[in-house]
Amino acid sequence: MQTKTTILATTALTLGLATGAAAQEVPPAAEDDVLKIGLIYTLSGPAAALGEQARNGFMLAAERMGEIGGMETEIVVIDDEQRPDKAADDARELVQREEVDFVVGPIFSNILVAIHQPVTETGTILISTNAGTSNFAGPDCHPNFFVTSYQNDQNHEVMGAYAEQQGYQNVFLMAPNYQAGKDSLAGFKHSYTGGVAGEVFTELGQLDFSSELAQIAAFQPDALFTFMPGGMGVNLVKQYDQAGLSSIPFLSAFTVDETTLPATQDAAVGLLGGANWAPDLDNEANAEFVSAYIEEYGHVPGTYAMQAYDAAQLINSAVSKVGGDLTDRDALRAALKEADFDSPRGDFSFGVNNYPVQDFYLVEAVKREDGMYGTSAQEKIFDDYVDTYAEQCQMGAS
Amino acid sequence: MANLFVLQLLNGVQLGVLLFLIAAGLTLVFGIMDVVNLAHGVLYMVGAYFVATFAALTGSFWWGLLLMLPAAVAVGLILEVVVIRRLYARSHLDQVLATFGLVMIANETVKIVWGVSPLSVPMPEILSGSVPLMGPLQYPVYRIAIIIAGLAVAGGLYLVINHTRIGMLLRAGATNRMMVSALGIDIGKLFAMVFTLGAVLACFAGALVAPILSVDTGMGESVLILTFVVVVIGGIGSIKGAFLGALLVAIVDTLGGVFGPILLREVLDPSAAGQAGRMLAPMLVYILMAAILFARPAGLFGGRA
Repeated sequence: MQTKTTILATTALTLGLATGAAAQEVPPAAEDDVLKIGLIYTLSGPAAALGEQARNGFMLAAERMGEIGGMETEIVVIDDEQRPDKAADDARELVQREEVDFVVGPIFSNILVAIHQPVTETGTILISTNAGTSNFAGPDCHPNFFVTSYQNDQNHEVMGAYAEQQGYQNVFLMAPNYQAGKDSLAGFKHSYTGGVAGEVFTELGQLDFSSELAQIAAFQPDALFTFMPGGMGVNLVKQYDQAGLSSIPFLSAFTVDETTLPATQDAAVGLLGGANWAPDLDNEANAEFVSAYIEEYGHVPGTYAMQAYDAAQLINSAVSKVGGDLTDRDALRAALKEADFDSPRGDFSFGVNNYPVQDFYLVEAVKREDGMYGTSAQEKIFDDYVDTYAEQCQMGAS
Repeated sequence: MANLFVLQLLNGVQLGVLLFLIAAGLTLVFGIMDVVNLAHGVLYMVGAYFVATFAALTGSFWWGLLLMLPAAVAVGLILEVVVIRRLYARSHLDQVLATFGLVMIANETVKIVWGVSPLSVPMPEILSGSVPLMGPLQYPVYRIAIIIAGLAVAGGLYLVINHTRIGMLLRAGATNRMMVSALGIDIGKLFAMVFTLGAVLACFAGALVAPILSVDTGMGESVLILTFVVVVIGGIGSIKGAFLGALLVAIVDTLGGVFGPILLREVLDPSAAGQAGRMLAPMLVYILMAAILFARPAGLFGGRA
């Protein structure tokens, strides 16, 4: 019995070492005429709605283009289950066994950190359509890594700048007690210099905010700034309305958007957020994207969908530029960097760190003319905004 | 500060009555049937989904609530007959495994039937809005309604358990179920009834919170742990204990979460105080549990350790 266990353990160990070694030797890409793209999104669990929007956005673009970059296209979709360990394995499998040319995703920053190295070290291009951590924007920037969303801090900075502009002196800050929550409040304070009425960290996944709302009522701040993604935000918004606090301005990031509005509906109307886009931005590419998306999926697209849609457009533009020759990586990277496509958000280009340089808006939740709920751009806060980490990026050869 | 205290006390009581509704079923099932039911939180979630569905179909929260009750009875009976009945003679480990499996099956089923996005239940018009409490402070009418509904159920349970024949059997079953079955009571029927009662109470709790929380898969697990603490503190099998335990746990949790950071702010900077206070509050609940178990190993009203 004991020997069997030993054998089994040794086998497992050997296999583990073997795959570890293989990761270093994978050729950049398969030489065939098929463009292969792997999507890694969170498609199950409480945050599944975000991943579904992103997948829908990418698939919509792919469907409309037929052949991406004029090549026969094959798309593999993988659910990371919001587990970094699983995502890293999935990414390795996509790169080594499926030999994909591009990996697109994920939603969450901790997943991005897990899949970044397995993908980029093999020469495969990774395009993040949502997560944009500070390390990959700054010192750890990589020529094989592109972002079509934003640097994580930026939406919070937008709200800080808005609070500053409104002359608020006393803002109540609230975020869940984990890294992104702390980063969020730091981002807000980056562009806000006024006073802080209170700073509360809630439990991650908390659903009842009655005690926090009571504190807000007691402090009567000029405004509330919060970061409560997903279900937390739905609950907070509904309870904020019920507690009779609607007279206090509600500023947020990733809290009131097209993924939560179907659940909050009227309770959220009039609440403010910061974003790089809104479904009602007035330009041709956007009108086309939004109406096609609504027709196909029956709900209003959010930034998650728009950013994934742009990733497909980005790949399309670059692959067309290099004439389908995916073996010359330098040419492909250069073509990607040009970002030669019409983004629904309007101005879009890449900075030195391959993160977007784009405009940011104050958005307000509204009931749309079609009876559905969405955000609406109110005011441009930042123009061609470069993230604050870009200057730390020294892009060397890969 | 006094205003804030009163407000938070109300919040605590409101959470307390909800915890009581869930814990009452759990404590009976464990006390009388000796079944560890991890899937009890599922019933809470299902109740919320039922009321969301029925309210959407009928256009009225009240109809939704009314229709939810027979559906809850059906779910309770089906679960008891199909799964729980087979676990009575098994070890606790088997029960934990089976009911944990049930949690996963239920969560996936809910996702398949209702989708992954959280659902929303409109609040009944008559209970929306808030009433002024003191100064600028207001309190939502609906939360007051939850407190009243929860207390009414607690009162009803008290009457049933202390003044009816069924209640007598329940109390006897919690103390010594072997003796009850030896006296010729159909224990199978009693068990099915207890489990269904627990299921209905949990579903009712889920239905009550549906208008204030988003209806989401996994909402059951988030309350289940606190509910277990309530059952342990109150004493297994005791409804009275569950009531007191639920209020105690909820008030300690709520007040600790608010006033912990405020007190810590005297000695720490605000952001560190916020984080430290957030860790302190859940700890307080377990410290309370440890202290009570130290003084009374069977819980406040537990018959046996």
